[in-house]
Amino acid sequence: MSNQVKKVPTQHIVGFVLSLVLTALAVWTALGSDLSTAWIITIIMLLAVIQAGIQLVMFMHIVEPESQNGHVPWNMIFHGFVTAAIVVVGSLFVMVYGF
Amino acid sequence: MQSNVKHTPLEYQTEHNQMSILGFWIFLAAEVVLFSTLFATYAVLFGRTANAPLPSELFGIEIVLIMTVLLLTSSFTCGIAIHQMRHGSNSGLITWLIITLVLGLGFLGFEIYEFIHYSHEGATLSSSAFWSSFYVLAGTHGLHVTLGIGWAILLIIQLYKKGITAVTSRKVFIISLYWHFLDVIWIFIFTSVYLIGMVI
Repeated sequence: MSNQVKKVPTQHIVGFVLSLVLTALAVWTALGSDLSTAWIITIIMLLAVIQAGIQLVMFMHIVEPESQNGHVPWNMIFHGFVTAAIVVVGSLFVMVYGF
Repeated sequence: MQSNVKHTPLEYQTEHNQMSILGFWIFLAAEVVLFSTLFATYAVLFGRTANAPLPSELFGIEIVLIMTVLLLTSSFTCGIAIHQMRHGSNSGLITWLIITLVLGLGFLGFEIYEFIHYSHEGATLSSSAFWSSFYVLAGTHGLHVTLGIGWAILLIIQLYKKGITAVTSRKVFIISLYWHFLDVIWIFIFTSVYLIGMVI
């Protein structure tokens, strides 16, 4: 782990390439594969979550020793995502599946 | 982890700046919840198109894929802009920010073209519950992008006049967080609206 500011932004290039690969993979899974609809939805949602993680880590400096990990309020971010998940899953559970 | 203090990036060097960045993360957490309500509305109303066309009849992969690549690339160039800022290169920072803006404008152009195309096919904001939720979800994201472009133009003017200081570097860092966040939201719109809309 070096604390020097690098000349070449390796992390950004890796993040960008990974994002493009994951997008291509999601498109192929949705439109090119022979999987069942349920599997397609599971896989592409998982790919989206991974890609969101890449944005946070590679681009948004969420893990960065130089700035004490960006002073990111992890508890706030965590609560934001949990609330979001409850709103979406809960709405579907009640409204679509009729519980 | 040795001698971290020496290498602390400029935007984190004052306590006021650290608090501003922390505050912006809290704002982003609230934005996640805001968008989750729109995603939930969309998911619940999925398929309730009344007599309007179905999403699978209108959604095409070409334009949406171009939009996704434009926004992904703009997120990358925005990251490069921050990289330039941390090297102290104001001209590099401004150049990469302008590239980011051009890509963002391209994304917006395609989105407007797409909305016009859908409404010509009979799917407008008022044609059904499903299409209302679609336009509100995608439109709220588009509005955020528009706002980000205006914000970045003002910042570029400041950078041009004042150069990289503790204050301007904090402002640029915060807009970079905002811009990457918009990309995160778009990944979920691309996956759960367009890809799933084409599959089901």
